[in-house]
Amino acid sequence: MSTLDTTSGSVPQTARLTSGLGPKSSSRAIKDRAATVVMWLAFLIAMVPLVWILATVVMKGGSLLLHADWWTHSQQGITNREEGGGAAHAIQGTLIQAAMTALIAVPIGVLTAVYLVEYGGGRFKRVVSFMVDILTGVPSIVAALFVYAVWITTLGFDRMAFAVCLALVLLMVPVVVRSTEEMLKLVPNELREASYALGVPKWKTITKVVLPTAFSGIVTGVLLGLARVMGETAPLLILAPYFRSISTNLFDGLMGTLPTMINAGRDNMAIEANSERVWASACTLIVLILVLNLLGRLISRFNKLDR
Amino acid sequence: MKITRIGRVSAVALVGALALSACGSDDNSTGSGDSTGSTSAGGTGAGAAGGDAGCGTKAITAEGSTAQDNAIQEAISGFESVCADQKVTYNATGSGDGIKKFIAGQVSFAGSDSALKSTDGKTEAQDAAKACGSPAWNIPMVTGPISIAYNLKGVDKLTLTPALLADIFQGKITTWNDPQIVAVNKGVTLPATPIKPFFRSDESGTTENFTKYLKGSAAAKWAAEPAKKWAGKGEGKAKTAGVASAVKGTEGGITYAEWGAAKDNKLGIAQIDNGAGAVELTGESAGKAIAAAKVDGQGNDLKLKLNYATKEAGTYPIVLVTYEIVCSKYKDAQTAKGVKAFLNHFASADAQKKIEEIGYAPLPDEIRSKVSTAINAIQ
Amino acid sequence: MSSVTGVSVTDETPDSDGRDPLPGDNASTGRLGDRLFGGAARGAGIVVVALVTLIGVFLLVQAVPSLADNHENFLTSQKWDVSDADNLGFGIARLLWVTVISSVLAMLIAVPLGVCIALFITHYAPRVLAKPAAILVDLLAAVPSIVYGLWGAIVVGQYFEPVQSFFIAALGWIPLFEDTGASAASTIAFVSVVLAIMILPIVTALSREVFAQTPTAHKEAALALGATKWEMIRTAVLPFGRPGVISAAMLGLGRALGETIAVMFIVSSLPDGAPWSWSIFNGGETFASKIANNAGEFDSPSKTGAYISAGLVLFVLTFVVNAIARIVIERRKAFTE
Repeated sequence: MSTLDTTSGSVPQTARLTSGLGPKSSSRAIKDRAATVVMWLAFLIAMVPLVWILATVVMKGGSLLLHADWWTHSQQGITNREEGGGAAHAIQGTLIQAAMTALIAVPIGVLTAVYLVEYGGGRFKRVVSFMVDILTGVPSIVAALFVYAVWITTLGFDRMAFAVCLALVLLMVPVVVRSTEEMLKLVPNELREASYALGVPKWKTITKVVLPTAFSGIVTGVLLGLARVMGETAPLLILAPYFRSISTNLFDGLMGTLPTMINAGRDNMAIEANSERVWASACTLIVLILVLNLLGRLISRFNKLDR
Repeated sequence: MKITRIGRVSAVALVGALALSACGSDDNSTGSGDSTGSTSAGGTGAGAAGGDAGCGTKAITAEGSTAQDNAIQEAISGFESVCADQKVTYNATGSGDGIKKFIAGQVSFAGSDSALKSTDGKTEAQDAAKACGSPAWNIPMVTGPISIAYNLKGVDKLTLTPALLADIFQGKITTWNDPQIVAVNKGVTLPATPIKPFFRSDESGTTENFTKYLKGSAAAKWAAEPAKKWAGKGEGKAKTAGVASAVKGTEGGITYAEWGAAKDNKLGIAQIDNGAGAVELTGESAGKAIAAAKVDGQGNDLKLKLNYATKEAGTYPIVLVTYEIVCSKYKDAQTAKGVKAFLNHFASADAQKKIEEIGYAPLPDEIRSKVSTAINAIQ
Repeated sequence: MSSVTGVSVTDETPDSDGRDPLPGDNASTGRLGDRLFGGAARGAGIVVVALVTLIGVFLLVQAVPSLADNHENFLTSQKWDVSDADNLGFGIARLLWVTVISSVLAMLIAVPLGVCIALFITHYAPRVLAKPAAILVDLLAAVPSIVYGLWGAIVVGQYFEPVQSFFIAALGWIPLFEDTGASAASTIAFVSVVLAIMILPIVTALSREVFAQTPTAHKEAALALGATKWEMIRTAVLPFGRPGVISAAMLGLGRALGETIAVMFIVSSLPDGAPWSWSIFNGGETFASKIANNAGEFDSPSKTGAYISAGLVLFVLTFVVNAIARIVIERRKAFTE
């Protein structure tokens, strides 16, 4: 992000320089002009789906979000044909699962990053770093199958919301590792040196000096990681079917979430009341993810370490 | 240290958001009059349920078939006026899952598109009886007609026979104006549009029942064994929603789908001629297929055997029956009361009539009386 | 920074002073706290390595019994019949082809577009627009895949019909563009377009990162020689960024390979015994969509095993693609350092 500032700042300067270098042949000028047009076009093309999706979601379901009931009631006792009820059960389920996922993924992720930056060396460090990259690329459906194979087939548990959290942990850990790692690297070595010079042991230096300095950056990374896993649907399909009433127990029974609410509602898209609810859930999900993203960016703005 | 504080503030905000959302409500009783009028509503509904005492005090959970989801949600919604304080939840996770949970004792009753099996090396019935400590009963509750839905501009009335269906869904008849189709649709102008059959790509009870029908009524044309997985030709789409919307968007498309989905999507619905003339799909004509079914179980176990090849006039033969699987004697008296109250409401003429509007066929009276005898015998 | 995409190609570059972080070993006194904390950090690293290993091992262990009972050739058969535990017959030929072609196609669309957008953000956009533009493209990553699926299947699909008809009319004689009669809103080609939109933010973010790092000296040198802006980009920025773009493409490909819900919502599946076709205007199922579509029916170990074996192949596929991306990044580092 910040690297971008420096370059976009320097380019106009250099560009101004070139204009003084005499005339250019017309075909080269045309090519240059064409390239500029193509770049603008590419950006505008990318904006089409974004605007289209957001407009669809807001127009088809946005109005439901303005009702207080949407945020405070579940779908218990509401049929597909009836208006009313809300998505409280699903919003709550999504947030609870996200919180549980973060609770497990953040310590693993931060500690792994600490290992990579502060402790690691040699071959094992490279193996860990490589594995983090591989984990980044593990498709959510594979993570879900893995948890299914362990949790349900091997350990014999039922499908439950907690199993989803385990699958999401696999997806969230690499994001946390990478962003934390980046932040830790930005902590000036002078801070560490000063701390060591005062005779502070290494672990205290890390926990009292390095991690607090990088704290807001790490929080940003965690929020972005959460935003990434919250919209995941594949693990939910395999590990925790939809539930239309409020349920807060991760370890027993089913739990509704926004993605599964959308998936369940998709069966009756021809019914007006139901289809509006589906788009409204989609809208809510996007809003939740955007809020996390914005929060992350806001916090990163206070981050003194950002390059 | 300023940084740390900002981080903390954000963490507090996140926790706060969580806490805020944690106070949602499951109470969706409609209308403001409900809170004051609940006693009187309970009074009028008491004929069936026997007042508050008959509702049981334990929340009822059930799980299973997706085919009856819309029907049972409607019944749950209506049940609020009978037993205002009783909470019933139903999870449509599939028949197999429902039976599994029932056998594990995790749900009060299960919804299943097929009765408990006790043959072919399967021991569902025995396992369920063991879990209950008493025989488990299959109680037919929801009749879901499977419609043959099509999309053909200008054709409002279309008749198909089992043999034609078998050929169409195996890709042997490929255009709508095929002489064989024209022969049973005299007086209808059929276009030369290619036929595009759609099938369910996920394994489904609807596919199983439809292929049972094809096998039962046109065995010469349909060779494949009935199964949850589609064995014919065509384009596969996920779930009922997938096939229904595909037909809606495809000129010349045809599929088999729950009646409700065909109605919601405003698709053409073909009449079926099993040999005794074309029969339109209505609640009554589908109900006749249930009335004509043989009860296969013993006593109050109302396992039905459908006759797909029925030639009785006015009977729509392609139906799917969803059973509620219950214990004949519950270990917990309150659960028994709750299940009885809810199922009695579900089987009432009123509730059955309501589900007809959303694409199910009401149980015919003679079956309904057997059903309510069985429900009342639950202990 | 790694922003919404969760991946970065510049992670491993040394800090601003070009120094490696302090080893700090001499500060470690072997005290209990140090041993505990160091051990915990190392333990977390071990957990990560163990997780990836376990994914492979568990999938393999659960897939083996079904693979042993499989009477079809797993790699070349087009059949998928797992309903009868005593007569398993499944192969991944179709799944593999559809998965690979849809992802590659998505990559072919997303990479040129993403590179252009990255250049736009780093070099063409007016200064006030650059940052908002980057955020807007990142927003595409904030839309969950289920919403893409819903939007693609219900809203956009119908508009793809003329595009498909055009290609079939013009290039229908090539097997890749053959007309199979599948409706436009449910073909591999259409899902590739949706997938391309989904991986666009990844490709853009990563390309942006490397383009922004092009040494100013290189660019100024090109401009000083009289190059136009486009020539400067072609001669200085693109060559510098090439490894980054390649790894961005690979990471995007990895994402597309594993995409589930959108594919499941959009693409039609084919019945058993449908004739083989190379056409992208055909239906089909990817590994991920096949598994997710049948997740409700995992009722016997042999059936589950068959789907897990498909998941295993997908895992291996993404592993290879991501490993290639990683290797390209490593080589780039060796080049820049």
